[in-house]
Amino acid sequence: MNNEEITRRDFLTLAWSAAGALALSEGVFVGLRFLTPRSVEGEFGGEFNLGPADQYPSGTVTPVEAGRFYLVRLQDGGFMAIYRRCTHLGCAVPFDQASGQFVCPCHGSVFTMDGEVLNPPAPRPLDLFALHINENGEIIVDTASPIEREHTDPAQVVYLG
Amino acid sequence: MADLPQKDLPPVTERLRRSVVRTPLPPKDDRGRMKLVMDSLVLHLHPAKVSRPALKLTYTFGLGGLLILLFLVLVSTGILLLFAYTPSPDAAYQSMIALQTQVDFGNLIRNLHHWSGNLMVIVAVLHLLRVFYTSGFTTPREFNWVMGVGLLLLVVGANFTGYLLPWDQLAYWAITVGTSLLEYVPLVGDTLTRMLLGGPEVGAATLTNFYALHIAIIPLTISALVSFHIWRVRKDKITIPRQLDRPPDTSKVTTIPHLVSIELVYALVWLVLLVGWSSFVNAPLEEAANPAHSPNPAKAAWYFMGLQELLMHFHPLFGAIIIPALGLAGLLSLPYLSQDMESVGVWFRSRRGRWMAGASFALGVVATFAWVLADEYWLDWPGWLPFLPSYLSNGWIPFALLLLVLMGYYELVKSLGSSDCEARQALFTFLLAAFLTLTFVGIFLRGEGMALILPWR
Repeated sequence: MNNEEITRRDFLTLAWSAAGALALSEGVFVGLRFLTPRSVEGEFGGEFNLGPADQYPSGTVTPVEAGRFYLVRLQDGGFMAIYRRCTHLGCAVPFDQASGQFVCPCHGSVFTMDGEVLNPPAPRPLDLFALHINENGEIIVDTASPIEREHTDPAQVVYLG
Repeated sequence: MADLPQKDLPPVTERLRRSVVRTPLPPKDDRGRMKLVMDSLVLHLHPAKVSRPALKLTYTFGLGGLLILLFLVLVSTGILLLFAYTPSPDAAYQSMIALQTQVDFGNLIRNLHHWSGNLMVIVAVLHLLRVFYTSGFTTPREFNWVMGVGLLLLVVGANFTGYLLPWDQLAYWAITVGTSLLEYVPLVGDTLTRMLLGGPEVGAATLTNFYALHIAIIPLTISALVSFHIWRVRKDKITIPRQLDRPPDTSKVTTIPHLVSIELVYALVWLVLLVGWSSFVNAPLEEAANPAHSPNPAKAAWYFMGLQELLMHFHPLFGAIIIPALGLAGLLSLPYLSQDMESVGVWFRSRRGRWMAGASFALGVVATFAWVLADEYWLDWPGWLPFLPSYLSNGWIPFALLLLVLMGYYELVKSLGSSDCEARQALFTFLLAAFLTLTFVGIFLRGEGMALILPWR
């Protein structure tokens, strides 16, 4: 045994420090897990069934208050579920029927009907929620997590049939 | 068993008494006893003697003491408010209405809490400026400056978390906008915001989180840190004020009664002012929070309006993260940069320092106004450079230009013959003026859709 390499004192200091660090990290882990946000069933964050797709005329925007999103049916008949939270600083963006645009009241960001930025300061298009049309022709929107996008893309639009 | 030296012990009753009351015996008369207790408490907080010239109100303006007073007012009114407030989205706003209409003195207590909290932010900044402009952060006080900056952030944090509690439109959207700034932090921003809000948007979980932070975590942290802060002031002593071209007056006076009497009178005057103001001016309360309807314009809390205004001009990565982070890093590193011990206790360092600080302030105000106007009506980086992503065209490019202007200004001031310290003070003053101007523009000159307006129109 070579006493010069590691003394008894060194060993014990190291061992106790390691035990202390372990205890600390356990505390941090428990604390963080405790503070992790819980998702509540049946509220914003769940799935929404918006009924038959053909009841929504082309070129309309229907607010879904409980889901905090807009069901958009574009002129060409495609559907999108647009999260109403502004990508700039989180304000609720209302749809302006007169101009056919989303106009954020807080800082003046303007978005087209499909969410593309027409006027900054918003850094990216409005977020989407996953939307699909089931076998009965009903629209299902899942609000579990907003889908961020850098640009609008035809692939983001869902069509009937 | 070894023989221990025996000592004659006093009777049991006397031993018991001594174990409770520390010797020596207190004075026999009431006044003497009270004074003993008070004096030992005072001398626990203050040194026995203090610099005579530093007692002049025009040196410290009693700002640190005023902060303690405000903290005490906030704790006592805050504890009262705890008995009248329910932290849930359904009940919080009702508590506010009850405070205004049913609870005896409810309005007065809420007003006192509201105004003291807001005043505390202003006074904390003034305290920082006083220390900066009299070189109060010189060795050995560097770390106390760092702690002071930490305390300033905690004061702002306390104010910000309290802002949400009334759960009215003002609270809801100021916190929505304020916490959305955090989302722009690279990598961890989303997780951090989600944790703070307890979900994707401001809601019931956010109110619970902010309540816990506001009534327990932040006040306790402030108490701990401020004890350390004051202890360091006591150990390091405060800087001795000095007139230009004159040696410092090193005379001292006893803390009791010279300092203590000033403190008590000052506290009393401020209490009268606070209660007077709170009796006549009500804390704002708008209609109950409505997550579906953002007000126009939606503004963050007033002390974040400088930041929000910056966001009008920069890509969020720069406006919300890089520039504020650099500002904070600069503030923290100030005492560790080269020091000019000659300037300690002299307002604005020197004669040249004085006019340079004045000129820098004026220049900062004018330049910032000019830049805000230019950006509103003429500058259009993303339009001119459509082929670049906006974090370059609206971020890196204007930011690089800003850095060039600041470096140029620093070199210009140095070429006029100032020392490093004076030049740094000029730069600090320029940036301070810019920040204050942005805050002013954000609060008063931004109307519907955040367009520039004249406030009297």
